[in-house]
Amino acid sequence: MQVTDTAPKPVTGFKFNREGATNVAVMAVLLALPLWASSVGEDYYVNLASLITIFAIAGVGLNFAIGQGGMVSFGHAAFFGIGGYTAGIAAFHSFEETLFMSVPFAISGTNQMLIIWVVAMALCGLAALAIGAISLRTEGVYFIMITLAFAQMIYYFAISWPTYGGEDGLSIYLRNQIGAVDTDHALTFFLICFGLLLAAIFVSARLSGSRFGAALGTARMNETRLATSGINPFPIKLTGFIISAMITGLAGALFAELNGFVGPSMLSWHRSGEIMVFVILGGVGRLYGPVIGASLFVLLETYIGEWTEHWQLLLGFALLGVVLFARGGVMGLIAGRARHD
Amino acid sequence: MTKPVLQVKGLHKSFGALQATKNVSLDLKPNEIHALIGPNGAGKSTLIGQIAGWITPDSGSIILDGEDVTGETVASRSQKGLGRSFQVSSLAMEVSARRNVMLSVQASQGSSFRFWGQIKSDRDLRETAGHWLVKVGLSGREDVAVSELSHGERRQVEVACALALKPKALLLDEPMAGLGPTGSVQLTEFLEEIRPEIPILLIEHDMDAVFRLADRITVLVGGAAILSGSVDEIRASALVREAYLGEEA
Repeated sequence: MQVTDTAPKPVTGFKFNREGATNVAVMAVLLALPLWASSVGEDYYVNLASLITIFAIAGVGLNFAIGQGGMVSFGHAAFFGIGGYTAGIAAFHSFEETLFMSVPFAISGTNQMLIIWVVAMALCGLAALAIGAISLRTEGVYFIMITLAFAQMIYYFAISWPTYGGEDGLSIYLRNQIGAVDTDHALTFFLICFGLLLAAIFVSARLSGSRFGAALGTARMNETRLATSGINPFPIKLTGFIISAMITGLAGALFAELNGFVGPSMLSWHRSGEIMVFVILGGVGRLYGPVIGASLFVLLETYIGEWTEHWQLLLGFALLGVVLFARGGVMGLIAGRARHD
Repeated sequence: MTKPVLQVKGLHKSFGALQATKNVSLDLKPNEIHALIGPNGAGKSTLIGQIAGWITPDSGSIILDGEDVTGETVASRSQKGLGRSFQVSSLAMEVSARRNVMLSVQASQGSSFRFWGQIKSDRDLRETAGHWLVKVGLSGREDVAVSELSHGERRQVEVACALALKPKALLLDEPMAGLGPTGSVQLTEFLEEIRPEIPILLIEHDMDAVFRLADRITVLVGGAAILSGSVDEIRASALVREAYLGEEA
């Protein structure tokens, strides 16, 4: 008998199990609602869907660090905020027609989203390189605290930087552009966000299934095994942390565009907590989990929040239920335990 | 004289007032199984930790195949040919035996910084891992999650992981522990089979296995290597009997 006969067939296409069906359903609803809302002229709901989508991207980023690499970062607001401020500052200088810096070389603002995304992700990657290089020398609760501390440092830095609004934040008067695309059109902007969400999920899935992903996953499951197999855990984890930060940073840039505003609240530890809630509520390590988590969060905030300001109490109960009874989050409730081959 | 594959020279390690390793020197030559025995608290784990790279010695050096690896990381020592198994298996429990071995195969093939190709459709990676699992006797169990394997099978997976890195020396920490009679007989046979290819530093409590397998034995007591010699010499030594075999002899 050949050894490979016992191996499961390599999965090339889409896995259509319960989790796969749930993923398709969630994404279909997320796409269909704003299409419908836009057709009846209800841009409010389109923007709500954009918000969900952006939060989901931030969650996909954090989920890569937590679910794949086992790095429970409580400081991802830092990257969300850096992304947001990149968009805000670029738009500010573009609007005022001033330079961001002139020494040693001139950097002007820009209103081109594509450039902003690349810069935002690059800056988040650099920040994550510095933060990760220090934080990843610790583990467990110390890692949580040190990532939080770094995010707080950036938060206070933003507050004390008067050029860009300090505590009051910075308005983006004109939404940034992609060539001739009308990004001010609510549905167009939603579709851009939705496309980027799909891209983030796709990249996350590819990376998780790669050699790098296998090493990163082993860093989560058993770091001793990774080192014993001849792979140094530190550079693997640091790379994973950087990728995670870059995805969350992209979401931050979109968030600033959606609101036409960026302020220090994007960097606050509440925001780090919220992104973590998207991940935990949806299901840690589940590819589409953050989409479910972000949807529930925004819907609870919007609809229960309309009815009572104590909506977070309900969110607390939901989170409690998920943590106590469904360790795999809502996705775990629907599709059962995560499967590994 | 054959050149030793692994050499430990004048190793010292203290934890505060406790001297856990006192001037230990030993070596491992090609084609041999060198057993390291000693009562509980003799400092075996500390010594293994230093050889594998988890613990930094206060002084002394560890030389693998002629190269000083004392300052190298665990991962780098594994890459350079020091394979090992643990007293309590250390594997990624949630995934299959094959996935665990695949990680070693990918490490032996080079960089893990490959981001795009999917390992589940990487035939070479899967089949090479399968080959090592069959070699250690896990044919048919390749795709079972490690958490569902028995203790003995997990030990076999660990050995397959080590072999996949094409090691120059194997460091096996109590491989017989928790195996049961059939398991230890099988493992003993397997170790004899690989001895001509890969020398083994064996830490073991099972004296039958040690006396059957070992070419040489070093006795560790109170952090110091008090005696080193052939099986017969160790059996005959009054010193060892007193220090270690005690009630058994």
